[in-house]
Amino acid sequence: MITVESLTKTYGGFRAVDDVTFTARPGRVTGFLGPNGAGKSTSMRVMVGLTPATSGHTTVCGRSFADLPNPGREVGVLLDASAQHAGRTGREILTIAQRTMGLPRTRVEEMLDLVSLTPSEADRRVRNYSLGMRQRLGIGTALIGDPDVLILDEPANGLDPAGIRWMRDLLRGYADQGATVLLSSHLLHEIEVIADDLVVIGNGRIVAQGTKAELLASAGTLVRTRDVPGLSAALTAAGVANTESSAMGGRDTLRVEAEAEVVGTIALDARIALLELRAAEGAGLEEMFLELTADNQREITAADQGEAA
Amino acid sequence: MTTIAMSPDPVVPRDRAPFPPIPFGRLVSVELRKCFDTRAGFWLMASIGITALLATGAVLLWAPDDEQVYSSFAAAIGIPMTVILPIIAVLSVTSEWSQRNGLTSFTLVPNRNRVIAAKGAVTLGIAIVSMLVAMAIGAVGNVAGSAILGIDPVWDATFTDLSLIVLAQTLGMFVGFMLGVVIRHSAGAIVAYFVYSFVLTGLTQLLAETQQWFRDIQQWVDFNYAQSALFNGSLTSTQWAHLGVTSVIWLVIPMALGLWALMRSEVK
Ligand SMILES: Nc1ncnc2c1ncn2[C@@H]1O[C@H](COP(=O)(O)OP(=O)(O)OP(=O)(O)O)[C@@H](O)[C@H]1O
Ligand SMILES: [Mg+2]
Repeated sequence: MITVESLTKTYGGFRAVDDVTFTARPGRVTGFLGPNGAGKSTSMRVMVGLTPATSGHTTVCGRSFADLPNPGREVGVLLDASAQHAGRTGREILTIAQRTMGLPRTRVEEMLDLVSLTPSEADRRVRNYSLGMRQRLGIGTALIGDPDVLILDEPANGLDPAGIRWMRDLLRGYADQGATVLLSSHLLHEIEVIADDLVVIGNGRIVAQGTKAELLASAGTLVRTRDVPGLSAALTAAGVANTESSAMGGRDTLRVEAEAEVVGTIALDARIALLELRAAEGAGLEEMFLELTADNQREITAADQGEAA
Repeated sequence: MTTIAMSPDPVVPRDRAPFPPIPFGRLVSVELRKCFDTRAGFWLMASIGITALLATGAVLLWAPDDEQVYSSFAAAIGIPMTVILPIIAVLSVTSEWSQRNGLTSFTLVPNRNRVIAAKGAVTLGIAIVSMLVAMAIGAVGNVAGSAILGIDPVWDATFTDLSLIVLAQTLGMFVGFMLGVVIRHSAGAIVAYFVYSFVLTGLTQLLAETQQWFRDIQQWVDFNYAQSALFNGSLTSTQWAHLGVTSVIWLVIPMALGLWALMRSEVK
């Protein structure tokens, strides 16, 4: 169990994390999703006590991280796989973790097996590791204490497709055994396949959270028409929230927070012809993610800006 | 509780005994290991013995016959030590930041003071052991030198002399350690150490020669100056007081401030 309550972190006047509250529950994989610079890594660093919070607080296993007597046994952490002494061998890095946590020596070999680092790779210095090998070593370091909580920042970074598949199964297995798994990503597909719960963050603020099923269900209805402004006005007049969507490829689509039937009726009353009308969930999380973070996107195209004006 | 049985996730959390805290001795052994487990670290440690051998060899080869006495060997060996030991101390702290493995170290042991204290214990151990090794190498050199000359070896350094030298080297090493804690950057801290121990010494000497007011207070504010008494074999109680006061100014206070900042800093 991980709880984050009203967490805020400011750097000077800049709010990197802004009043973030969520809970990652045992037995579930919680995906922490957000575009670059959204504040995912910063939040995770606060959770494990590496960055002091400006306000708010976080607990892991019901306690503040700093109060855990032997954190490695309870929480597996991977924040940045490259943050290792480049001159140590992979085996040595695992050995240091094993010793610090007071684990049997055999755990080192077990972890090397688990993350598929061969003995010769394990004896290589980390400066000579490929990105994926570093990532595997980092995952091994996180798992060596057999923890009940995992906090992983972009764990799939640098893994090949087989590696990503392996990691997904591994995390699923951990969650199924009752572990709390929190993993961040800016890649939707990655999270979509593995997460049970989602926390979506943009510009330091949470923009959506809930189970994956809930978020998909709440994606509403997609409707296509040649008269987008007219339909939008009619929907708004009827008190139904709607936004422009690029889910169907063109610029003739609205995403509406209502059932298809409601939308159809409003369009009929307004005498607006529809080209297409369907539930939005098929559009997938990607659409939802882009929409939810649209305000926070860096990539505001010239066309969008022109239209907004 | 029935609600648990009915919950959609039939997951029983593992029942694990509470974990005991990590003992300090374990942290010390891990930190000691970290001093040796890279090539750079290993050779830095090995260089203690290597330079002691070289210094001993230099005395054997080039010192005049009447200086083939133990104090010559001890003095010669002391010179490389004043450089190597502080560098070891600096790197033991700063590598956590410069190499970024602090991200792991400080998540495994969130109380950063304990990690730094373990490093301090290792630093103290290295200071003492390496000085003992160096002095033993010097003793072998002295025996060899006198055997070559065909005279009895001259042991002109008392136990007190040697203890004071070990103390001086240890203090120097902890200045490096303190700079590591304050600066938290390998190159920066090493440069700062050299500025402190070589450039500053020259400057204070110059200042003392030209400025009366500084000459009056120098003993109470100049740590290098106060330490130089340690190489003269014995200290008066006033000299001990000088050493105490200057070490508070130069070592204890900056270390406390450095630790305070380090505890609150962001590790990334
Ligand atoms: N020390 C700092 N000083 C100023 N700004 C900072 C500092 N650390 C982080 N930031 C800013 O905080 C924001 C959040 O950064 P963070 O690394 O948490 O993003 P992220 O969600 O992990 O992004 P990514 O997906 O790219 O990893 C960024 O805008 C970053 O520039
Ligand atoms: Mg990040």
